[in-house]
Amino acid sequence: MTRKQKRGVLIGGGVATLAIALILVLFALKDSIVFFHTPSDIVEKGVLPGQRIRLGGLVEQGSVVRGEGTTIRFKVTDTLKDIPVTFTGVLPDLFKEGQGVVAEGVLDGHGGFKADTVLAKHDENYMPRDVAKALEAKGVKLGASAHPGQLKAEMP
Amino acid sequence: MIVELGHFALILALLVAVVQVVVPAFGAHVRDERMMRVAEPAAISQLLLIAIAFFALMHAYVTSDFSVLNVAENSHSTKPLIYKMAGVWGNHEGSMLLWVLILALFGAAVALFGNNLPPTLKARVLSVQASIAVAFLLFSLLTSNPFVRLDPAPPDGNGLNPILQDPALAFHPPFLYTGYVGFSIAFSFAIAALIEGRIDAAWARWVRPWTLAAWMFLTIGISMGSWWAYYELGWGGWWFWDPVENASFMPWLAGTALLHSALVMEKREALKIWTVLLAILTFSLSLMGTFIVRSGVLTSVHSFAVDPARGVFILAILVFFTGGGLALFALRAKDIQPGGLFQPISREGSLVLNNLLLVTAAATVLVGTLYPMALEGLTGEKISVGPPFFNMTFGPLMIPLLIALPFGPLLAWKRGDLLGAMQRLAFAFLAALVTVVTVYAVEHRGPWLAPFGIALGVYVMAGAIIEWANRVKLGSAGRDEIVRRATNLPRSAYGTLFAHFGVGMLMVGIVATSAYREEHILAMKPGDRVMVDGYQVTFTKVERGRGPNYTEDIADFNVKRDGETVATLQPAKRLYDAPPQPTTEAGIHAAWRGDLYVVIGDAQPGGGYAVRAYFNPLVRFIWLGALFMFFGGGISLSDRRLRVGAPARTRAAMPVPAE
Repeated sequence: MTRKQKRGVLIGGGVATLAIALILVLFALKDSIVFFHTPSDIVEKGVLPGQRIRLGGLVEQGSVVRGEGTTIRFKVTDTLKDIPVTFTGVLPDLFKEGQGVVAEGVLDGHGGFKADTVLAKHDENYMPRDVAKALEAKGVKLGASAHPGQLKAEMP
Repeated sequence: MIVELGHFALILALLVAVVQVVVPAFGAHVRDERMMRVAEPAAISQLLLIAIAFFALMHAYVTSDFSVLNVAENSHSTKPLIYKMAGVWGNHEGSMLLWVLILALFGAAVALFGNNLPPTLKARVLSVQASIAVAFLLFSLLTSNPFVRLDPAPPDGNGLNPILQDPALAFHPPFLYTGYVGFSIAFSFAIAALIEGRIDAAWARWVRPWTLAAWMFLTIGISMGSWWAYYELGWGGWWFWDPVENASFMPWLAGTALLHSALVMEKREALKIWTVLLAILTFSLSLMGTFIVRSGVLTSVHSFAVDPARGVFILAILVFFTGGGLALFALRAKDIQPGGLFQPISREGSLVLNNLLLVTAAATVLVGTLYPMALEGLTGEKISVGPPFFNMTFGPLMIPLLIALPFGPLLAWKRGDLLGAMQRLAFAFLAALVTVVTVYAVEHRGPWLAPFGIALGVYVMAGAIIEWANRVKLGSAGRDEIVRRATNLPRSAYGTLFAHFGVGMLMVGIVATSAYREEHILAMKPGDRVMVDGYQVTFTKVERGRGPNYTEDIADFNVKRDGETVATLQPAKRLYDAPPQPTTEAGIHAAWRGDLYVVIGDAQPGGGYAVRAYFNPLVRFIWLGALFMFFGGGISLSDRRLRVGAPARTRAAMPVPAE
């Protein structure tokens, strides 16, 4: 092989690998991303049942029902609208009434949401970032502990 | 007083670093030896000053000095001593101080051990290294000062997030940062060499040990983080493709590529331009990771815009070093003489393929990490890019990489014999085939591709052993000859054996756990039992307990196998005093065949508990594989030819024929 041919093989191989990766990325972005919505978004944007989404908001006070089994019911609210959620499993450590939550799953078509994953991942200020931002955008006033930076102000 | 001393030392370190940037670089330019030699004492005193600052902060943590804002926000008087110490880097300001400490540590190490470097190169490397230190010391002092006082001091602190109060996580950041920041040396060498205009095989020989050391620590740091997530977060998962994880994984992928391309450059003087570029890109990805984790862009793109000081500062650092490095590269790369020629089928060719796939994989991870942030910033639309994205993009790129992996070491430099390599790998193909058949016979569940994935791992493991067996002439030479060859083999060959074997183990562990995990979610009351993969798990009781700074509900699970008690698991639910936050402690019974993993949820009205029980087959292989890679790196680093400062031995004196 001449020097030129060798370089051709290298460049061709590189371009082919990048092209394959690009195709994979585009397909994956089309099929496997999940949108984040609050309860009022779902109504406004007309999210269809069966479409996989992340539902974010606050766990409504007094709405959590733990049965004898492993299915738990609670309501997710953005204070304007709320949606009943069912989830089977063990809730994460930081799941609490009145605090932020992100549930991943699908709308069941009867006004409810069936979650297969519940995240209460959050920063040190007890609020998942998506939730805090979405709620603020809807003009919801958050408690002192929910605001980043408020911890400093609370200290004597 | 000690706190002010630390603050002062940090400012002094900045001034020393400025001197270290300017004087040696100018000295190297005008060939003034005295000016160039300023770099060494400067690098060492910079390290000492930053160490004083670091230990001053640690002192404030250990003595619970809540008049320091950083301590008051992140520590608490009742915290165990080890977490008071680890608390230093459990927050933004302190972790940036650790960052610059490690940066200075690497700089001082080059100053002390880089005796065989040409004086101008050494002066320039230390100058570039100090310029990174200047940027981050400024960042620390101007936007993230850990020494700010609080008046009046509160009676007690806010405490450290309880999920961080864990031995593995306490030592995860130092290891991770040592890896991350260690790539700065490769970057400094690349920039210095570009300024110098001389890049040859010797350059690769100097860069490789530093890159290898950084890579080892990054490997162990990432796997410690993964192990922690596995047992502490209570989900039984070990990798989440979370942006914070990706931030450390991207430099690891690029660093792995750099290790291999530097090998080609050292042995064959080929791929010079590419290796230099890769050195710049690897550290740029480290900076990118620092930006992602430290700028607040993760908390929300929104909050980043509200309080932009930190984010914009790190972004500026990222743009300056990446952009500057690439611009210099663009200017000088054309002057680099092309090196040795090789056929596509050759050792070099296989390493090019390795680089191509690893760098492309890093790029897909980069897209998956940045795309949601970019989309949110541009359109306000919020999406999450989770495991399905990475399984679809990253996964397929790893398959050709692993198939090609055992071929690499079996191919000769310059021109390899593919057919010959395949013949030598016959045993590995056979092992893979046996694995596929066995797994299908044993497991009827799971995706149909899974047995092939496990077989791929076994094939890589077998390939690593075959390469070694080949070199010691196992099977063809006599016993004495084999022993002689095995002892004379360079340590770097054993490093390759261990590291590649570890890659295979990692693959086996990942596929087995992902495909054949058994999961049970159920409500249990004391006395109830459940069968999990042949284990009979009986919930016996729950007791209330008290730890140093938490109360806990400890459950007792009796685990029987074939009628005999093999373990008692005690998963717990803890509630910490400060901050008042619950954590889940998993009960794990570890065995070679897999982990039995039990966690309890909240108490239910009827006296029962929600219980999650998993069986994670072969999950230990994941961390064991990473450990093998770490040790492989260590063995390779101890190789005389690589050891920093060791005089180069002549080729003729080498006991083993050239590879």
